[in-house]
Amino acid sequence: MLKSIQQNWFSNIRGDLLSGIVVALALIPEAIAFSIIAGVDPKVGLYASFCIAVVIAFTGGRPGMISAATGAMALLMVTLVKDHGLEYLLAATLLTGVLQIIAGYLKLGDLMRFVSRSVVTGFVNALAILIFMAQLPELTNVTWHVYAMTAAGLAIIYGFPYIPVIGKILPSPLVCIVSLTIVAVFLGLDIRTVGDMGELPDALPIFLWPDVPLNFETLAIIFPYSAALAVVGILESLMTATIVDDLTDTSSDKNRECKGQGIANIGSGLLGGMAGCAMIGQSIINVKSGGRTRLSTLVAGIFLLIMVLVLDNILIQIPMAALVAVMIMVSIGTFSWSSIRDLKKHPLSTNIVMVSTVAVVVATHNLALGVLVGVLLAAMFFANKIGHYLYITSDIDADGIKRTYRVIGQVFFSSSEKFLASFDFKEGVERVVIDVSDAHFWDITAVEALDRAVVKFRREGADVEVIGLNEASATIVDRFGVHDKPEAVDKLMGGH
Amino acid sequence: MKHVVACIDGSASTQSVCDYASWAALRLETPLTLFHVLDEARYPTETDMTGNIGLGSREALLEQLAELDQQRSKLALEQGHHMLESAKARALEDGVEQVNLRQRHGDLAESLHEIEDSMRLLVMGLHGEDTTRTNRVGSQLETVVRTMNRPILVAPEEFTEPKSVMLAYDGSDSSRKGIRLLAESPIFRGLPLHLVMVGVDTKDNHASIESAANHLRELGHDVRFEIRSGEVEPTLHAYQNEHNIDVLVMGAYGHSRIRQFLVGSTTTSILQTTNSALLLLR
Repeated sequence: MLKSIQQNWFSNIRGDLLSGIVVALALIPEAIAFSIIAGVDPKVGLYASFCIAVVIAFTGGRPGMISAATGAMALLMVTLVKDHGLEYLLAATLLTGVLQIIAGYLKLGDLMRFVSRSVVTGFVNALAILIFMAQLPELTNVTWHVYAMTAAGLAIIYGFPYIPVIGKILPSPLVCIVSLTIVAVFLGLDIRTVGDMGELPDALPIFLWPDVPLNFETLAIIFPYSAALAVVGILESLMTATIVDDLTDTSSDKNRECKGQGIANIGSGLLGGMAGCAMIGQSIINVKSGGRTRLSTLVAGIFLLIMVLVLDNILIQIPMAALVAVMIMVSIGTFSWSSIRDLKKHPLSTNIVMVSTVAVVVATHNLALGVLVGVLLAAMFFANKIGHYLYITSDIDADGIKRTYRVIGQVFFSSSEKFLASFDFKEGVERVVIDVSDAHFWDITAVEALDRAVVKFRREGADVEVIGLNEASATIVDRFGVHDKPEAVDKLMGGH
Repeated sequence: MKHVVACIDGSASTQSVCDYASWAALRLETPLTLFHVLDEARYPTETDMTGNIGLGSREALLEQLAELDQQRSKLALEQGHHMLESAKARALEDGVEQVNLRQRHGDLAESLHEIEDSMRLLVMGLHGEDTTRTNRVGSQLETVVRTMNRPILVAPEEFTEPKSVMLAYDGSDSSRKGIRLLAESPIFRGLPLHLVMVGVDTKDNHASIESAANHLRELGHDVRFEIRSGEVEPTLHAYQNEHNIDVLVMGAYGHSRIRQFLVGSTTTSILQTTNSALLLLR
């Protein structure tokens, strides 16, 4: 117990403190930008980021992962805020938290195993595209100054780390924001700044209950949003957790992460913040900067709040162009560029799953829908592939009286057509033997297909005998395959 | 077949751990496994404070971190292998015929727990890699003792072939269980056993220790017993010095951590002060 506290919090103090600060600096522009996407004051996103980061540091299941207000979540709230206002958003945030905690207790985190790699890649790419698209309003109908500022910002972000010594110490997104702000103030440019986007925090967040009527009508309004928020929050958090697992070569507790996200969102809602989840970009930045334990997440949250409270007068002068540059960096960094290179290498079915996930998300702006489509497509392609594992041979005895069919392989909804098509019903034989002892009947469709085959043969006047049906249909029971002995696997895949 | 497992860590006690393990393996007629754990959590990480992410950052970062880990792990594995090889040479010299070498990544206590099923006896050094003058006991020893459900032989820095054995007896269920375990085990067969109880010499205590001694005698052990009054740890050490005892056998951490926090643990204080081998029974 003591040892795990030491391990989870204090095993990497120097790295965690520094990376926490870097992450906090990267969180500020994002929290502001995502608030603007959602249509609320920047303080809502900043309070949310502070609260979520601090709470998740204690409750999360993946040490070193950064959670805060995110683009994926912000995009889902746009219409709620537009139609019903901030108070309903806070109520929806609370409900999201409750739903996520329930999901954690139901161990829905384990369902992540149904989400294939291509769906994850599609989700990540779609997220990157959405974040990029959300910056476009800032880049349309503006003067050339904004374009110049954004371009300069990107140049600083990617160029600054190449400057010897200093480039490796200062976070380049911060340098970008600071220098563009100085330029804008110094030249007195008339471009949009953070101050134009709404109110910034001027005090510590306070506890408040959302000012909404507690009735069924309210629930009917917020529930669809909360459900979508809960699903997207869990999906993105668990995907990010997997990414951090890979990067740090450690493991995480997915169900604890679900519950932790729920608690963090409830906390955020009560302190006047919006719903959030884990952030892929920030978590990568954290690992890259040397953050490994819960301490890094906690430091990021606390330092974020301190910065915001101390520097509020400076923050309002940050030109939006600087934030846009940072967000473009985030979207570029989030996008999985190798997935485009791999399009040629990967099988078509995998590519279709990935591209459909992206297409559905970009079309609907709902990451949950995209993942659903991706998972369904992946399952269908898989069923189709396994359906190929069906092989039927037959031989006829010398007199032409009896034909024996031997069925080997997997019979289920996807292969039942092929199964039926393999019988020659028009052949005039007196006896038909169907030997299914090397086959597996996975569902009712398969059994029905066999029944239909038997009936058809009978109609042609043949006596039908089915051998080994009991063994073949053992797979129908829902809890089949709970044992994992090697001989069981051999038997199942026998004949291939 | 269950093995005697010896933890080899390259500290000063490695040689002695090896000798005690060989001695135990020969006595128990079991194979010997020399075990080294690569504790990666201790490796430092490199930091890059640029805070930006660009094209394919995730892949590049994964590649970079994996490569770093690979280099470190390779070195650590190689080093561990050398350590195990020299320990093996020593065990073979001691006369053990079957010596297995195993390495595992991860936390020591967890790694030992993983292989617990194939373990008969664990041999560990009293001092660890990081032992200092003020803190003689290895930092991981207590955690390991608490997580394991196997007897643990704690080896001091110098090996002396066990000639006489002392059993600390307190009349509790667990110490009677320990007596039964030892009575049937071949590990101390033929060695004089001293059964010592620290406490008041009441009738009950006398009857209890006598029955324990008789149980041991029935199975052919050479036993003498004594009840002494005083503080547990100094009394046991005094007896040990008087009779030239080489191995002290006792139950370990019979109480909860909370009690240990409040009143201290006999096991911990014995570990701090002992100069001989200790066999801890769980």
